[in-house]
Amino acid sequence: MRLLYFGWVRTQIGISGETLEPPAEITDVRTLVEWLKKRGESYRVALEDLTTIRVAINQEMANLDATVSSEDEVALFPPMTGG
Amino acid sequence: MIKVQMQDFDVGTELSAMTRDNHSIGGQGCFVGLVRDMAGDKKISEMALEHYPGMTEKQLKKIEEEALSRWPLEGVLIIHRYGRLKPGDQIVLVATTSEHREAALESCHFLIDWLKTKALFWKMESGKSGESWVQASDKDEDAASRWDGNAP
Repeated sequence: MRLLYFGWVRTQIGISGETLEPPAEITDVRTLVEWLKKRGESYRVALEDLTTIRVAINQEMANLDATVSSEDEVALFPPMTGG
Repeated sequence: MIKVQMQDFDVGTELSAMTRDNHSIGGQGCFVGLVRDMAGDKKISEMALEHYPGMTEKQLKKIEEEALSRWPLEGVLIIHRYGRLKPGDQIVLVATTSEHREAALESCHFLIDWLKTKALFWKMESGKSGESWVQASDKDEDAASRWDGNAP
């Protein structure tokens, strides 16, 4: 699974992306985020407040209940501040 | 048309290119966003704009299509910059053309409101006190939701 991080999620975790193989029981965004939080303190802090996390799967906006698989590109980021 | 680019743009050139060969256009709406030198009471010396290459363009295309479905438009142009910018620099240009002014002005307002909360950009400000990410504002969220299900 290709993971991408933007904005303060990127600076908090400390990398802009990585390729990981989550265990088979990770089937949606919510369980994926819980699994990521166990990878270390920087992940736990970045993903602590799920109300401030936005998700895209394969470059389409998605929600926490959306299903994910190992083939997907999953991006996690804070609310956008463009314009 | 969508352009996500690092380089600056010339507003006059961009606006006249939209109308040059289409004489059914009776009005053009335009918004230019600029980097300010203050954020609240903090002085800003630089702003860095991050984006999601590929998805940012796709998402802007969807926002453009939404405007085209809501108003009778002849054309839409969105140019959004990324990278390091200074106070006074142009960040974004939104321009719309239509037979009449209402559609051009309203759709331009709609586009910049939606861009603020739905386009995939993140701003980081730098000043004397260091770097900090710009927080999404409720005001921008309210401005965007004003257009929810609100076809003209």
